[in-house]
Amino acid sequence: MSISHLLFWILSVTALFSALMVVTSRNPVYSVIWLIVTFFAISGHYILLNAQFLAVVNIIVYAGAIMVLFLFVIMLMNLNKETEPARHKWLQFAGAVSGGALLLVLVSALKNTELKSQQSLLVEGHIGLIKTLGQELFSTYVIPFELSSILFLSAMVGAVLIGKKD
Amino acid sequence: MDFAAITLWFLLEKVILIAAIIGLSFFVAMYTTLAERKVAGWMQDRMGPNRAGPFGILQPLADGGKLFFKEEIIPVTSNRILFLLGPALAMIVALVTSTVIPWGAPVVTTTGTIALQVTDVDMGILIVFSVVSVGVYGIMIGGWASNNKFSLLAAIRGASQMVSYELPMSLALIAILFMTGSLKMSEIVLYQINHGWNIVYQPLGFLLFFICALAECNRTPFDLPEAENELNFGYHQEYSSMKLGFYLFAEYINMFVSSAVMATLFLGGYDIPFVNEAAWGLSPWVYSLLSFGVLMAKVSFLLFVFIWIRWTIPRFRYDQLMNLGWKKMIPLALFNMLLSAAILLWLKS
Repeated sequence: MSISHLLFWILSVTALFSALMVVTSRNPVYSVIWLIVTFFAISGHYILLNAQFLAVVNIIVYAGAIMVLFLFVIMLMNLNKETEPARHKWLQFAGAVSGGALLLVLVSALKNTELKSQQSLLVEGHIGLIKTLGQELFSTYVIPFELSSILFLSAMVGAVLIGKKD
Repeated sequence: MDFAAITLWFLLEKVILIAAIIGLSFFVAMYTTLAERKVAGWMQDRMGPNRAGPFGILQPLADGGKLFFKEEIIPVTSNRILFLLGPALAMIVALVTSTVIPWGAPVVTTTGTIALQVTDVDMGILIVFSVVSVGVYGIMIGGWASNNKFSLLAAIRGASQMVSYELPMSLALIAILFMTGSLKMSEIVLYQINHGWNIVYQPLGFLLFFICALAECNRTPFDLPEAENELNFGYHQEYSSMKLGFYLFAEYINMFVSSAVMATLFLGGYDIPFVNEAAWGLSPWVYSLLSFGVLMAKVSFLLFVFIWIRWTIPRFRYDQLMNLGWKKMIPLALFNMLLSAAILLWLKS
């Protein structure tokens, strides 16, 4: 067994375990912290695929920025067991049904993909390096890239407008 | 990569290097605390600590011993696991940042090259930024787990400060990357050796980066998380003994590492200015040691500036801090970035 395989198994187990802990934790702050662990495990997978840029950006954006905002909100709301609203039985049932339906859709979508021929290249692919990625983004995909940046800008302006006191 | 590819020598080299860098971080951070008090004494025209050892050089050991032997109090209402996790995270994050910094010229021997850098990945400087962005959690988790309203407010104050100043910091970095064309730390240093230091071409970028580094390290004038006289101390209010020591010590390590990052990005890293030291024909070990000494001299100077600022400038009010960050630093950094891009385009065409 090579080191890449060993790392793959360690990272997969970490990712799955922490993802389960996100869902099963009673304390929302614990859930956020487990979600951060999940992001780190996924970044590890990106590094195994030699997608270094994606790995680092995943940590900067998701683990470093978005989860901080999550923590802000959850810490300030002071959620705990006493203030947690009691859930109806049928609500839990509906949740289980809709979650199961999503799982079914995902599994059936994945069933027909050509997983065998699309197998990822461990360590040796160059597609995820910043040079390749930058060239692709600014030549082949320049229009979608610019469009999405306009989308971000409008979201930012909207956030400033909402946050502004008049 | 197979297990066979990892030779014993490779492992040994990296383990020694990591241990040396961690030891160096602790040592420098220890003596920065002493330097802080000595410089404060000098600026306020008094002696500073001079009782422990000659010139007070054993003072950091005495401080550390005091912190270890203090009574350790964990509040009963706190969340015990997270309360312990907070300072540990702060310390780990502070130590991890130094992995990608080139500490000296690589040692070229007949048997091979030894890089004085734990790892020289393509992402180099972005790794530093990702670790810095995760650094907020030590503060937030510690402040929340204390179960004290003041700690929580201070944690949120500190975290929002760090998040706000990360933005102009990375914008100032982008201008550097335009010039060097690489994220690799070793290549950024090589570029400066060949073309001159980045601070000459990016004075505004350096100023912005330095101010952001002050804010990221919670140093004056941005030390609101530690304002004990007007804001009731900070996120570590409930901490005592060595756990408090970890928080305070991690800040000194952060100062050291951010000085090293700034020296590498703007002040030429391990380069000696005005001379071509590679042509002197020194033996490789002497040459690498010399370059390491030069980097440490630059770092010491930056640390001195950190301390100098602390004993000169009063701290900002919170709204002043936020206004400065969002309304002055970010537009200036954007202007600097666009100007650099325009000039580089003009020079290339």
